Amino acid sequence: MNLLRSILIRIAYAVALLIAVIVLNFTMMYLAPGDVADTIAQASGGADPEVMEAIRREYGLDQPFIIQLGTYVGKVLQLDLGYSFFYNQPVMQLMLDRLPATLLLVLTAQIVALIVGVLLGVISARNPNGISSHFVTLFALFGYSAPVFWTGILLLIAFSLLVPLFPVAGMRDVTLEDPSFFTQVVDVLHHLVLPAFTLASIFLALYSRLCRAAMLEVLGSDYIRTAKAKGLSDRQIVYKHGLKNALSPVVTLAGLQFSAVVSGAVLVETVFSWPGLGTLALQAIIARDTPVILGILFFSALVVIMVNLITDLVLRTIDPRIRTGSA
Amino acid sequence: MNAIFKSGLAMLAAGTMLATGTIALAEEPVKGGTLVTVMGSNPRNLNPAVQSGIVTGFPGAQLFAAPLRYDEDWTPQPYLAESWEVSEDGLSVTLNLRKNAVFHDGAPITSKDVAFSVDVIKEHHPFKGMFAPVESVETPDDHTAILKLSQPHPALMLAMSSQLMAIIPQHIYGDGQNPKQHPRNNTDVVGSGPFKLVEFKNGEHVILERHDDYFMEGLPHLDRIVMRIITDPTARAIAYENGEVAFGAFESLPRIINRLKNVDGLTVTPEGYGAIGPLDWLAFNTTKGPLADVRVRQAIAHAVDKNFIHKALMLGTAADAKTGIHPDSPFYEADVPDYPLDLDKAAALLDEAGYPVTDGSRMSLTIDFGWPGVKPQVEYVKAALKKVNIDVEVVASADFPTWAGKMGKMDFDMSWDTVFNWGDPVIGVHRTYVSDNIAKGVWSNTQGYANPKVDEILAAAGKEGDPEKRKALYSEFQKIVAEELPVYWTNALPYHTVYSDKIGNPPLGIWATSSPIDNMYLKP
Repeated sequence: MNLLRSILIRIAYAVALLIAVIVLNFTMMYLAPGDVADTIAQASGGADPEVMEAIRREYGLDQPFIIQLGTYVGKVLQLDLGYSFFYNQPVMQLMLDRLPATLLLVLTAQIVALIVGVLLGVISARNPNGISSHFVTLFALFGYSAPVFWTGILLLIAFSLLVPLFPVAGMRDVTLEDPSFFTQVVDVLHHLVLPAFTLASIFLALYSRLCRAAMLEVLGSDYIRTAKAKGLSDRQIVYKHGLKNALSPVVTLAGLQFSAVVSGAVLVETVFSWPGLGTLALQAIIARDTPVILGILFFSALVVIMVNLITDLVLRTIDPRIRTGSA
Repeated sequence: MNAIFKSGLAMLAAGTMLATGTIALAEEPVKGGTLVTVMGSNPRNLNPAVQSGIVTGFPGAQLFAAPLRYDEDWTPQPYLAESWEVSEDGLSVTLNLRKNAVFHDGAPITSKDVAFSVDVIKEHHPFKGMFAPVESVETPDDHTAILKLSQPHPALMLAMSSQLMAIIPQHIYGDGQNPKQHPRNNTDVVGSGPFKLVEFKNGEHVILERHDDYFMEGLPHLDRIVMRIITDPTARAIAYENGEVAFGAFESLPRIINRLKNVDGLTVTPEGYGAIGPLDWLAFNTTKGPLADVRVRQAIAHAVDKNFIHKALMLGTAADAKTGIHPDSPFYEADVPDYPLDLDKAAALLDEAGYPVTDGSRMSLTIDFGWPGVKPQVEYVKAALKKVNIDVEVVASADFPTWAGKMGKMDFDMSWDTVFNWGDPVIGVHRTYVSDNIAKGVWSNTQGYANPKVDEILAAAGKEGDPEKRKALYSEFQKIVAEELPVYWTNALPYHTVYSDKIGNPPLGIWATSSPIDNMYLKP
């Protein structure tokens, strides 16, 4: 019951948030100087004024603000995200085409970062003054402070040019002739390595640092001493009693990071020409392609809301205190 | 052009290239193969009849044929039109179409399609001027189209190239939908050119395959073209270098151009961009403040060292440009007033114009720019003008639309700008200088420049049928604007084409990749 109620409250918040996202973003896009007619003129190498007027008329950009907003909200309520001004394709279709690439990239990067980050965190927490701990700290700091586009380009130069192990760009090799399903999977994974590693490097740094700190705190607490006194093995103490308790801040952070599906991946996608939502969002902003921008923001808001909900549920499972509301 | 190959290493590489090139000429082009090439941005759509620009130009020129094509010497060659004639009075242009030409769906290409295409382009193409004088298209039979003009219009010849005049099928686009937003611009395209569309995946690639019933005998050579979309210039450079991509055009970053010149097995050349005609210039708002005085503009030109721009900023990759017409164009006039670095002369001109130094400064001006790539140029102008006591404030626009809006309203003092000639001067040059196009949006006459003499010369040149007389008119025009400096041209944008040793017949004519690459082949 308790669970159902909190989910319902969440949904109510979600609807309010989505409406706010649409209205706010629409207003901001409206207030920004210039519009898609300018960027179409740019792509065209110039355009006569009457052509630009025609474009504005066709897309309703000559209408007053409130009518434009009303029309858009009305369409969204009917689950119609409209047509891209710039590409004349349905926004939904453009997004759905790009979504799998971004999901694949972000999920892989997150999973790699979580597993490796937690492991590194545990290793360095077990011996906080050892060499391995210093190495992890250094590695984490480097991963966190190096800009991803820089890391990405360095990796490209190293592993696509000097030692050409991986392809430069894109997500698949379209010159393969009649590839089997297996070949295609291997091909995509081959393209995935560098961008996923680049994206993982930021998250990895966060998770390992956080996990290290949480583990240090947990390992110093009373119940760990009790466990030791009971004569449990080191392994059991660290992974069963220690890690399980240290994990909740990591999960919370992972949830938060996850919501950055679009924003976090933009740079990595751009460097590696990964055909995902991030590059679409960037292009749409540059092109003043309002329907696409709003569609992506709408989708991002949805993801944030859903991930927060899931994070809550996961935290309930690993931390009983949250379940009873006493924490 | 070849003077650009500077280092000995590049010389050596060029020498080898030349040698292999000679052998290649003797070789028969080879049939078949998949060309992997690259585009730097995502095309809006694939239909050049409604979408101008070099991004659509590349796939567009492969998917759709045009009446004419051009060789390196700006001479028109038969393409979809087997032959053509211009009437004595210049008021009608007759195109004799090939009888074996069919669209990708097998339907014959007829004069009706030509008439239809002209209608669509007249109404929907962003460049109104290029077909404005065409009043009607007569179609006495399926293979004869007669363009009737209200005045002689020599610009029509270059406007009939693939970049500007795609012949599109009436039976597809004539269904009443707005051609600009027609779904068949992106998917299931039925074109008239050497290659058919296999797939256009936004943000990933455009894939084309050979049109077996193409009307040019024995062409195209390639079986398939994969145009990958890689927006990051560094990633593109690595892709050329490691061989993932064999060919690409419109590379413009000097650092990358110079790096690629030193790579074995790659040729990097600025040839082939004459008709695209991209120019970099410093634009002045001639309608207000000190810049309304021609002496101030001349003084600024004397204070800005073009040599520095060419050597330090363009790293030797860009050709000089002294007028509004691209140096590769047959209409280019090199014998015009120019402005070598001369700070004393600049100071004298500013004194004469009534701007003496008071408290260390003669005047304060702003300089705008609309995209990050030209920030070094505007920062340099600021530093250079400091030396003649002009204070310059750099105004960065958040993005292109913001800058375009300011330019369109002439809300600026100076700005960096890059503008293309687009073939004939009537299409891409007149717009910057004629007084009836003042402040009509970005890349119009945003300088507010008005000179009745220039208006008169350009109007006359626009309808002068005799090439020699026309050239003389454009010479006169270039001399006047180089004297009055509504803008100060610094260089041609250093567009370069990059291709590997495996490529035979790269498109080095005047339209770069905005022309059919039906001749290109892959060496075994």
